[in-house]
Amino acid sequence: MLHTFKRGIHPHDGKELSRDEPIRDILPGETLIYPMSQHIGAPAVPCVNIGDHVLIGTKIAEPGSFVSCPIHSSVSGEVVSIGPAMTLKGEPETCITIKNDNAYEVLPSGVEGRDVSSMDSASILAAIRDAGIVGLGGAGFPMHVKLGVKDPTTIDYLIVNGSECEPYLTSDYRLMLEESDKLMRGVSYLLRLFPKAKALIGIENNKPDCIEKLSGMVGEGIEVCPLLAKYPQGGERMLIYALTGRKLNVSMLPAQVGCVVVNVASVIAATEALEDGRPLTRKVMTITGDGVNQPSNVRAYIGDSYRHVLEESGGFKGTPGKVISGGPMMGISMFTLDIPVVKTSASILAFEKDPVAQKDMSPCIRCGACMRACPEGLIPQHLALLSDRNKFEEFEKCGGMECIECGCCAFVCPAKRPLVQSMRYGRRETGALQRARKAAAAEKGGKN
Amino acid sequence: MAVKAIENVNVSISPHIRKPISTRRIMLDVCIAITPACIAGIIAFGWRAAVILLISVLSCVATEAVFELITKKPLTIGDFSAVVTGLILGCNLPSTIPFWMPALGGVFAILIVKMIFGGLGQNFMNPALAARCFLLISFAGLMTRFPETIHTLFGADPVTTATPLAVLRDGGTVNIREMLLDLHNGCIGEASAICVLIGFVYLLVRRVITPLIPCVYIGSTVVFVVLLQLITGHAADLNLTFVIVQMCGGGLLLGACFMANDYVTSPLSRTGQLIYGLVLGLLTSLFRILGSSSEGVSYAIIIGNCVVPLIDRVTIPRPFGREKEKKIRKEGQA
Repeated sequence: MLHTFKRGIHPHDGKELSRDEPIRDILPGETLIYPMSQHIGAPAVPCVNIGDHVLIGTKIAEPGSFVSCPIHSSVSGEVVSIGPAMTLKGEPETCITIKNDNAYEVLPSGVEGRDVSSMDSASILAAIRDAGIVGLGGAGFPMHVKLGVKDPTTIDYLIVNGSECEPYLTSDYRLMLEESDKLMRGVSYLLRLFPKAKALIGIENNKPDCIEKLSGMVGEGIEVCPLLAKYPQGGERMLIYALTGRKLNVSMLPAQVGCVVVNVASVIAATEALEDGRPLTRKVMTITGDGVNQPSNVRAYIGDSYRHVLEESGGFKGTPGKVISGGPMMGISMFTLDIPVVKTSASILAFEKDPVAQKDMSPCIRCGACMRACPEGLIPQHLALLSDRNKFEEFEKCGGMECIECGCCAFVCPAKRPLVQSMRYGRRETGALQRARKAAAAEKGGKN
Repeated sequence: MAVKAIENVNVSISPHIRKPISTRRIMLDVCIAITPACIAGIIAFGWRAAVILLISVLSCVATEAVFELITKKPLTIGDFSAVVTGLILGCNLPSTIPFWMPALGGVFAILIVKMIFGGLGQNFMNPALAARCFLLISFAGLMTRFPETIHTLFGADPVTTATPLAVLRDGGTVNIREMLLDLHNGCIGEASAICVLIGFVYLLVRRVITPLIPCVYIGSTVVFVVLLQLITGHAADLNLTFVIVQMCGGGLLLGACFMANDYVTSPLSRTGQLIYGLVLGLLTSLFRILGSSSEGVSYAIIIGNCVVPLIDRVTIPRPFGREKEKKIRKEGQA
C-alpha cells in the first residue's frame, strides 16, 4: 500500500539527469571556510586560534548552547583567519578559515571500530552531538536535540526520511543504494534509544530500487514504507501523517505525537560517528540541471567553496540563467559561487534559463489552485492578500503561521503571483508580533 | 575569499519552477468550452446569433482596451478574459434583439462591472450576467422576445415553438428526447443542452473547474422546485418531463456550467461552494415557481455573487493539524 498525504503537487522530477551517477569523491580547494551557523540554534563558538594546526576531525568550534552543534575541520592545515565571510544566506557571518596543507592527515578518534551495542543512550547521544550531526534533509536541526526526547518510551515511531521529494536531487537516493548497510546499521543503533519504537523508512515510489534493496535488508522492528511520489512528501508533517495518520501543527514537535524524524543522510553520518567516532566533515551533493556539463553526485568537503565543487564536477554549460543551492522548490538562488559548502548544502542546480523571471505576474483570478495544492490546508491566495495589506492579526487567525513555505501554491498559480514571498513576509512580521506579545505578557506576569 | 558574482544570473525567492499554466490558457479553455453551445445557437437561430456573439465580444474587448488606453494602464486584452465575458454575454441574449444591445451590454459589463472595480479578479459580480440583468431591466420587452421559429436538427423546416419553460408554464407538453438532444428556443447559448454539457466536460477534463458548484446548483434547483411545487399545491404537474425541462431548459445548464462557477465571483472553499450552490438553487427555484418570469438563473447568480464574500468569511477551512480546534490559538498569548 502506498502512503501519502492530502493535496500537494506533481512537478517534473528531473532526477533522470543524475540518478545513475555513482557518488564520486572530490578533493577540496586551497582555502576552506566554516561558518559558525550551519544549524538551527545558537551559532557555534570558535575554539581554535589563528595559526593553530588542525587535522581532519579537529573540533574547531564548540556548541554555543544546548540547541547548537560543534564544527570540525574537514582538512588538515592551518587556521588563517576568524571573522566575517559571505555565506549562502547572502550576508557575512563569523567564519573560521583554514588553509589546506593537502596532507589530509586524520585526527584519530581513539574509538575506531567501537562496539555500539555496548553503548548506553547517553553515550550514543553524546557521540552524535560530538560529531556535529544536524538534520541533513535541509533544516539542519541538531540531531542530538531531536533524538534526546524527554521520555524515550513515549516514542512509537522512528521515521527515517528517504523520500527526497525535491525534484532534481538524487544524493539521498544514491546514499540509500550505495550505503544501505550503513543506513540499516544506523537505524538499528538509533532504535536502541527508543525502547518501544518501530522504525519506518519512508521512500517515494519513484525510487523502486531503493525500496526493493532496503526491504530485503530489514531487521526486527524496521519496516520500509513506499510513499506516493508527490511533493512535499518529505516535509516532516506530511511524512508523519502519511506513515502514521498523526497530525501536527506549527506549535507542536514530532515527539508530541510519538514520532522522531531523521533523514537518511543523517542516519549514515550517525553510523560513522558511533562506530568510528568520525565527525561530520563531508556532504554528498547533487550537481545537476540543464546548465551543468556533467550532472553527477559528489562527496564534497564541508568548507570547500561552491565554485571549487562545481569546477571539480564539470562546471557550467554556457552561462546559466539561475543557480540554486538545494532543490528547485525550496532551494536558495545564489548570486555568487564564492561561498562555503555547509552541512545542509544539498546541491548545485543550474538552469540554462530562469523559468520564473520571464513570467509576468497578473492579477489573482481566485481560481483556487493554490488552495487545492496547499498541503497545510490553507488558502494561500487569501493569506498572501492579508500579508500584502499588513493585516497580521487576521493572517494569524487564518492560519498563516502554519505555512511551511513549500512553494506548492506559487508553483500552480496561473497568474504567477509571488505567493511564497508574501507568506514569508507575513510569517516574519507575525512572528515578531507574537514575540512582542509574549514579552508583554511575561512582563505583566512579572509585575503581579 | 573574494566574492565574485555569477554573471547574468537571476536571483529570486523559491520556488524556481512553475507549472506550465497561465490565466490566458484558462480563459482560452473557457472560450473553447463554450464554442459548441455557440455553434448550436447559430444553427438554431441563424446568422443573427453569430452577429450578436461577434458584436458582444468586440464590444467587450474594445471597451477594455479603450479604458486602459485612456487611464494609461497596461493593456490586458491579451488575457482573453474580455473575450470570455463577451461570449457569455452573447450566449445570454435572444437572437431577435437589435444589434446595438449587445454592444451596450458589452460596455456595461466591462466598464461598469469589471474595470471600475479594478479589472480582472476584482469584480464582485459576473460581468456578463450583470450586463444581461441590466439589459433585462432596461429593455424587458426586447429581451424576452424569442424568435417564433427555429431550426432543429431532426426536422428539415423551421418549427414554431416557445421556450420549453414557457411551454410548460402555459400548460403545454415537451418531448423529453427532443429536449435533451435537439435544439430548442431560448437565448443563443441555451439552444442545445448537450452542447453545453460537452463544454462542461471539456472544462472538467482540462481541470479548469471542479464539478461541485454546477452539480450542487442543478441538483438543489431541481429539489427546491419540486418542493415548492408540492407546497404551492401543484403536485399534479410533477412528472419526469417537468424535472428534465427544469434541469435543461432556460439558462440553468448554461448558468451552472459557465457562470455560477466563475472563479472571481464564487467561494474558494468546498464548504463555501456547497453553501453557494444551495443558495443559487433556492433563489432560482423561488424565482421560477413564485416569480412572474419562468426564468430566474441570472438574477439568482448575481444575487449569489453578492453573498460570496460573506460565505468566504465564515468558511475558512481549518489548517492541517488544527481541524478540531475551534479557534486558532494565538501563540504567545497568556
